[in-house]
Amino acid sequence: MSTQTSGHALSAAEAGLVACTTCALLSRPADAANPGDCPRCGAPLTSRQRNSIQYTWALIIAAAICYVPANVLPVLTTTAFGSVESDTIMGGVIYLYASGSWPLAIIVFVASVMIPLGKLVALAYLLITIQRGSAANSHQRTRIYVLVEFVGRWSMLDVFVDAFIVALIQLKPLMSVEPGAGVVFFMAVVVLTMVAAQTFDPRLIWDAGNNRQVQHG
Amino acid sequence: MRSPAFGRIAIDQEPTLETVACPDCDLLQHVPPLPPGGKARCARCSEVLVHQRADPLDRPLALTVAAAIAFIIANAAPLMSLTTVGRESSTTIIGGALEMWRQGSEITAVAVALCAVVAPGAHIAFMLAVLLAVRRPPAPRWVGELLRWAHFMHPWSMTEVMMLGILVALVKIAQLATVIPGIGMYAAGAFIALLTAVMVAFDPREIWMRVQWADGSTPPSPARVVNRPVSAS
Repeated sequence: MSTQTSGHALSAAEAGLVACTTCALLSRPADAANPGDCPRCGAPLTSRQRNSIQYTWALIIAAAICYVPANVLPVLTTTAFGSVESDTIMGGVIYLYASGSWPLAIIVFVASVMIPLGKLVALAYLLITIQRGSAANSHQRTRIYVLVEFVGRWSMLDVFVDAFIVALIQLKPLMSVEPGAGVVFFMAVVVLTMVAAQTFDPRLIWDAGNNRQVQHG
Repeated sequence: MRSPAFGRIAIDQEPTLETVACPDCDLLQHVPPLPPGGKARCARCSEVLVHQRADPLDRPLALTVAAAIAFIIANAAPLMSLTTVGRESSTTIIGGALEMWRQGSEITAVAVALCAVVAPGAHIAFMLAVLLAVRRPPAPRWVGELLRWAHFMHPWSMTEVMMLGILVALVKIAQLATVIPGIGMYAAGAFIALLTAVMVAFDPREIWMRVQWADGSTPPSPARVVNRPVSAS
């Protein structure tokens, strides 16, 4: 292969090149195993994020564990005119729905229940297919990853809802609202899955296909 | 616009500054010169590789200055005030985090402060410094470092999520009390719109082309890449 290649798609890693994840400069390190630092921005070069699969698994398992108390424990405790009431995340959704604001109920349900769960399932699926060396559906799997990365931040919605309700309703002794233990776990789920999306390296999705083509070609 | 003009790279070719590896799938490809506003997508996974901006330095700078002003007002002025049974309370953005802290939820308070105040503030401040410093190339190396930090802060800057959160909180409170939106609320709305415009107008490639290299040498490419032909290799 000397000039324009045929049908074979060449990745930077196969060509002995490394793209800097900070400034995107391509460089050819002398030693592929120890590429050193980017000549332009000085950031350490890695062809693929180091231990991407292990880190991402660890983070999503931790997030899955936190997901249970996040949904079971109350996120808000309201003390109004002497009576005490606790609300979980689902309770908040039902309250919104019952009070007639079903569009907001759907938004909170999607952001707080569907997105965290969907992210855990999606990242687990991506990791399993990579570990099994699957070369199929790489295009769709990349789409899933881009979506996971994009929507993740919106799960923080419920944390902000709780914070501002707590901040505004401090009318002691008539009525006050306190954050419950569930908020911390819920926030842990959001933060852990966001970090997991960052430690996951989408280039691994395509490596199985690359290797196969190299072997056959 | 999906460009058919991509050249795939042969294994013994040396990369030029027009050669990119897709950040999502690592495919090597040449990016042809693009007209202002043109986009080049990865030939394999369709991720946007290059988006050539019409005005890559002045427009984002103007928008960033406006966004910084909106951010300061959004944080200084009260977001909203609430009256119920003759009593009044009001809150600012940081007030939401402070009250969480006082109620014993310190970790949540720190996260709210980070995502609603610290990350957006740092992000816009770093962007401002980068866009100002890069006006006289070659830009010093700390510009690249700040750009890296701005990029790191961006996903944690959640002003728009916060605004939706406030909306939901207000609907929940509405039956208990009367809520009056404050100046901070409008400023936060303006900040969200301006920050979105900054990110659309901004192109990190334009910054990296003007930053000094790690060994102290000046950037090898001319300041403008727009009209440069693809190097034949």
